[in-house]
Amino acid sequence: MQKHLKPLRVIISLFFLITASLIFIDFREFFSESFISGFLSLQFAPSVMRFIHILGISFFGFLFILLLTALFGRVYCSTICPLGIFQDVISWISKKVRRKKRPYSYSPPRNKLRYSLLAVTVIFLLFGSVLALNLLDPYSNFGRFFTYFAKPVAVWVNNNLTGIVGGYTLYRVSIPPIPWQTAVFPALMLVLVVGLSYKYGRLYCNTICPVGTFLGLISKYSLFRIRIGEKCTGCAHCVRVCKSSCIDFKTKGIDFTRCVNCMNCLRVCEAVRYRYSGAPALQRVSVSSEANEKTDKSKRQFLLMVVASLLGLKSIASAANSRQTTTNRARRRNQGDEPEMSRESTIPENRQNPVSPPGSVSIEKFNKSCTACGLCVSECPGHVLQPSFMEYGLIGFMQPHMDFRSGFCNFDCTKCGEICPTGAIQPLTVEKKHRTQTGVAIFIQENCIVFVDHTDCGACSEHCPTRAVDMVPFTGNLHIPEVTENICIGCGACEYACPVEPYKAIYVEGNPRHELADRPEHEKLEQPDTEDFPF
Amino acid sequence: MMKRREFIRKSVGAGIVGSALTFTGYNKLFGSAVSDSESPYDLVAVRGGEPDIMFDRAIDALGGLERFIKKGQTVVLKPNMSWDVPPERGANTHPGLMSHIVKKCLEAGASRVYAFDNTCDNWVRSYRNSGVEDAVNDAGGRVLPANTEDYFKEVEVEKGKRLTRAKVHELLLDSDVYINIPVLKHHGATGITITLKNLMGVVWDRRYWHNNDLQQCIADFGTWYRKPDLNIVDAYRVMMRNGPRGVSVDDLVEMKALIASTDMVAADAASASLFGTEPSEVGHIKIAHEMGVGNMNLEELSIHRISV
Repeated sequence: MQKHLKPLRVIISLFFLITASLIFIDFREFFSESFISGFLSLQFAPSVMRFIHILGISFFGFLFILLLTALFGRVYCSTICPLGIFQDVISWISKKVRRKKRPYSYSPPRNKLRYSLLAVTVIFLLFGSVLALNLLDPYSNFGRFFTYFAKPVAVWVNNNLTGIVGGYTLYRVSIPPIPWQTAVFPALMLVLVVGLSYKYGRLYCNTICPVGTFLGLISKYSLFRIRIGEKCTGCAHCVRVCKSSCIDFKTKGIDFTRCVNCMNCLRVCEAVRYRYSGAPALQRVSVSSEANEKTDKSKRQFLLMVVASLLGLKSIASAANSRQTTTNRARRRNQGDEPEMSRESTIPENRQNPVSPPGSVSIEKFNKSCTACGLCVSECPGHVLQPSFMEYGLIGFMQPHMDFRSGFCNFDCTKCGEICPTGAIQPLTVEKKHRTQTGVAIFIQENCIVFVDHTDCGACSEHCPTRAVDMVPFTGNLHIPEVTENICIGCGACEYACPVEPYKAIYVEGNPRHELADRPEHEKLEQPDTEDFPF
Repeated sequence: MMKRREFIRKSVGAGIVGSALTFTGYNKLFGSAVSDSESPYDLVAVRGGEPDIMFDRAIDALGGLERFIKKGQTVVLKPNMSWDVPPERGANTHPGLMSHIVKKCLEAGASRVYAFDNTCDNWVRSYRNSGVEDAVNDAGGRVLPANTEDYFKEVEVEKGKRLTRAKVHELLLDSDVYINIPVLKHHGATGITITLKNLMGVVWDRRYWHNNDLQQCIADFGTWYRKPDLNIVDAYRVMMRNGPRGVSVDDLVEMKALIASTDMVAADAASASLFGTEPSEVGHIKIAHEMGVGNMNLEELSIHRISV
């Protein structure tokens, strides 16, 4: 009855794909923290990072995947890995569009490329950098596709539906735009992944993906493997449906390092079956010149697509940027019909260190363990977590930092630590979060509205949850901000709220290593003993 | 409004107070059919009770909610639920008071009762954790979002000096009755926040206010034609320092008071004085008074004081 394994596989994989997609576009905070962290614990790369960096806590996920691979091969790739299943959907669409029922053929493995990429990834990890894994990890790439591109589309649809439906059953949502410089790489990856899967099935998984290549090394020795049995009539049906292009009909052998257990072959032929096996049966195959040509051609196509999308994105982004500036200016001008207008601030903020999320312990540790999947960016209710470009340097490319232009860190919120699948952001209790100093506010008096215009403002102090930013007497009746550093936790509410442009009058300087802030002092007020009216 | 109030003030002096009271009683008999009569008081101050009881006493003295709400009208409430802190921290309007007001509005014949706030902290969490969302929804009203610019419509503030335009929530323009329900609090920037300051939560772009003479902008917005029909100041738990967000419950005193008035400046003046601040010392109250938004001179007002 192995024929029915494939529909079962499809059902389970769709569950994983749909749930993962919904988690990354969850703009109404539908999923609970515990569900998200439980569901994502099976993702291989994040789970490995968790194992490496916080030994002992919930590394169950990747061990389970290893066990599964040792038993049946790369089940992860076609059942649990969201990027793998995403590619299956693309291949399926391609099959329908191109009207090819059996679109695939055998192709030799690209061993040099895939083992080099795996080696680079491992070497980077050994030297304490997660950068290579970030760029290539399938789960993290999937997360970025959805956080950067699918979520804005979903929000756009939601907001338009809200207009059409009317009333308040649905409500509008606004999310800050992803910095375009950061979005270029995921956009290129999206083009690459979609392009490859549209034409070649699982070529990405078998040449670029380090997780696939790594699991392939294990599945070579897995206990149960798909074999072509004696009943084979030589119709080559299985070869034509194999998304991994790993069935070599000449030798009737299957390349287990590349088989992702999609089970298409089981579905079409009685002779192909999982069998218990002792000995490895990897096929030795020679790379034909035909295949080489094919790759070259596709490489060229990709380059073209890459360049095209790069140009496209740049023009779109710059257009969006310029539009924003003009509307801002227009608004200022409009609202400023009256003679008096506040002046623009003059002194640039001089941030030496970016601010890493609370629970990340230190920038160094964070850069070593975050795979930049974008989950926290998507789920952050304060919209303060944004993917970095070069804030951390190249080493932390795309890893989230606290961007106080887009939001600030909600005082009582501990969500990012609770959902982070890599352990790069560790869970904090609310009490601990309240005292985790991610950075310290710095006041630039010369930019402050109170100093410049001699009018009240206090937006920074108003938003400060610990009153580290307090208003102290200035001239006349005016009050001006003052920072008490030891109780500041670097949440950035002050910087976010500060109304002056283009430079803020208060900003948060990141702590390379997070510190323990003091508790704001509590001195109980005397309760009134009168119930009279003072008027 | 001012004329009628002056008339009543003079009437009191002239000894016609009896007939004015009769009018109020007459209104009650016929409910919403005749509701345009005035209360004899400019302001009612209540102390010593629970929020719901103090509200009932104040509203009775003002001539009943029926004076403000006709049958079938929609009501929009503007509480303060701007902060993601629990009710006991006193940063948001008391949920018990909110739920009671919603019930009373429905009893008075309101067809729908809405509440909203353009929050400072994350709006979903502020609505939820302030306790106001549940209080309003469970009492039969509904909290509505104010989290994106699309919900706000641009209006002219004709008499504004620094604020001449503002984007206000569409509910204000669509609803028949508009009730402002701030919580009395210390405020680092404006000294104190009460009814006028609470209206910063009905507009979209607050940064502009901060950037262009905050106290003046608050007063400017008070001149906008759509003023609250009624202001209820929640002074049950009062944050005396570290406002408007507060740091802990230690910042509070239990004042157990409530102020009700149709005049925002009067309500602010009385509340400021409860707080221990001279009203004229608070920039926006003084400016609003000078701009004719209302009257901050408490000695010129007819005030009803109730001890529960």
